[in-house]
Amino acid sequence: MLKEDCTSELKVHLAKSLPLPSSVNRPRIDLIVFVVNLHSKYSLQNTEESLRHVDASFFLGKVCFLATGAGRESHCSIHRHTVVKLAHTYQSPLLYCDLEVEGFQATMAQRLVRMLQMCAGHVPGVSALNLLSLLRSSEGPSLEDM
Amino acid sequence: MDSYDASESTPRQSTSLRPEDYFIGATFLQKRLESVRKQTSFIPTPPRRKIPHCSQLQEDVDPQKVAFLLHKQWTLYSLTPLYKFSYSNLKEYSRLLNAFIVAEKQKGLAVEVGEDFNVKVIFSTVLGIKGTQRDPEAFLVQILSKSQLPSENREGKVLWTGWFCCIFGDSLLETVSEDFTCLPLFLANGAESNTAIIGTWFQKTFDCYFSPLAINAFNLSWMAAMWTACKMDHYVATTEFLWSVPCSPQSLDISYAIHPEDAKALWDSVHKTPGEVTQEEVDLFMDCLYSHFHRHFKIHLSATRLVRVSTSVASAHTDGKIKILCHKYLIGVLAYLTELAIFQIE
Repeated sequence: MLKEDCTSELKVHLAKSLPLPSSVNRPRIDLIVFVVNLHSKYSLQNTEESLRHVDASFFLGKVCFLATGAGRESHCSIHRHTVVKLAHTYQSPLLYCDLEVEGFQATMAQRLVRMLQMCAGHVPGVSALNLLSLLRSSEGPSLEDM
Repeated sequence: MDSYDASESTPRQSTSLRPEDYFIGATFLQKRLESVRKQTSFIPTPPRRKIPHCSQLQEDVDPQKVAFLLHKQWTLYSLTPLYKFSYSNLKEYSRLLNAFIVAEKQKGLAVEVGEDFNVKVIFSTVLGIKGTQRDPEAFLVQILSKSQLPSENREGKVLWTGWFCCIFGDSLLETVSEDFTCLPLFLANGAESNTAIIGTWFQKTFDCYFSPLAINAFNLSWMAAMWTACKMDHYVATTEFLWSVPCSPQSLDISYAIHPEDAKALWDSVHKTPGEVTQEEVDLFMDCLYSHFHRHFKIHLSATRLVRVSTSVASAHTDGKIKILCHKYLIGVLAYLTELAIFQIE
């Protein structure tokens, strides 16, 4: 993501789990991306644990889930339905990307930077909440079945 | 998989994706097929599945007749429906396949030192291996070596065995026309070269397609739970799991063996609804094993990949290898494998 061009300063903080240590002074967080590896149940459990430490205000468009590893079906330990349900429970968008593939990485990075710009308020006329409702409306009637 | 559409950030299940639902319910699968055809997105409800009970087996499965299917390691393939296959032409097929094999071997494609070119191919049906009356009969192909000396027994040594079956294949049977015979599960035991030759002949003759059936960790944990749930009079093998840890120089394998009665006791404590297995129960069962292991060894097994499951009923490996040990639950095991095969085809 850092390779992408961006008019403002882009900082990425990687963490294995939340909560982040509170002793450090850090800039405002605009977007949290939870990466779930479909090959590992531990990854899902970790994500679920970390979600509890996120302040409710973030769920208004500043949280997003990224599921990786769906390409290698034979290695999947988690049913895709499980992450879809998780994203639905937290009312946040779910993106799929095989992070091991270079091309997909670049595309996803572009998309995330764009989302980040909107969440940080750098795109005039679009806020994080607008983006969330836009994404939600294209998901269709299927989610009501859940 | 073309699910990574750059212009959309929401998951849209198109027909090229395979919506994976791991549950029995012919009507439910029908609904799913309908919706897939209508190109609407569809999220499956939490899976439930029936435990293969003894009573669900057909009465005419003779333990003697199916004994040759047990205790052998079978490699799994999924097979698309066969076009214009007829059970009355089995002798004809034997002859044609025999000629084909001899021709292929003489071409030098599969020559091994000391191999006997006198082979005999036998097609035969195996009665009783089906789930419902609608399922087509299972049939068997065997390659036997013809003995050189007339004084020896006429029955040669079995060199290669392959059999085709379909258990509870209603969802597939409904979608194909009369000319097709649906036998989506193919199991092979014997030399890989023979499997390849037979596969080529079937593909050319019946316009079908074989593809190796891999079993992912998710399905293996379902199998572990279902087979542990089966009631057994006596246990012939310990319950064993094998995980593969992905690490850079070489992968590490972790093997975890439990006494089968302990595994059954654990399952009984987790199991709530009689006659059904749910996703939550399977997850809880596996989580108990993981947390027990973590407590002792401080290793998170859930971060590794389940590669092999071995119980007294059957054992399965992620590469698509299966060995069935118990004739009572043969149909149950095959039913689940048939389902996986059908999903791979669709």
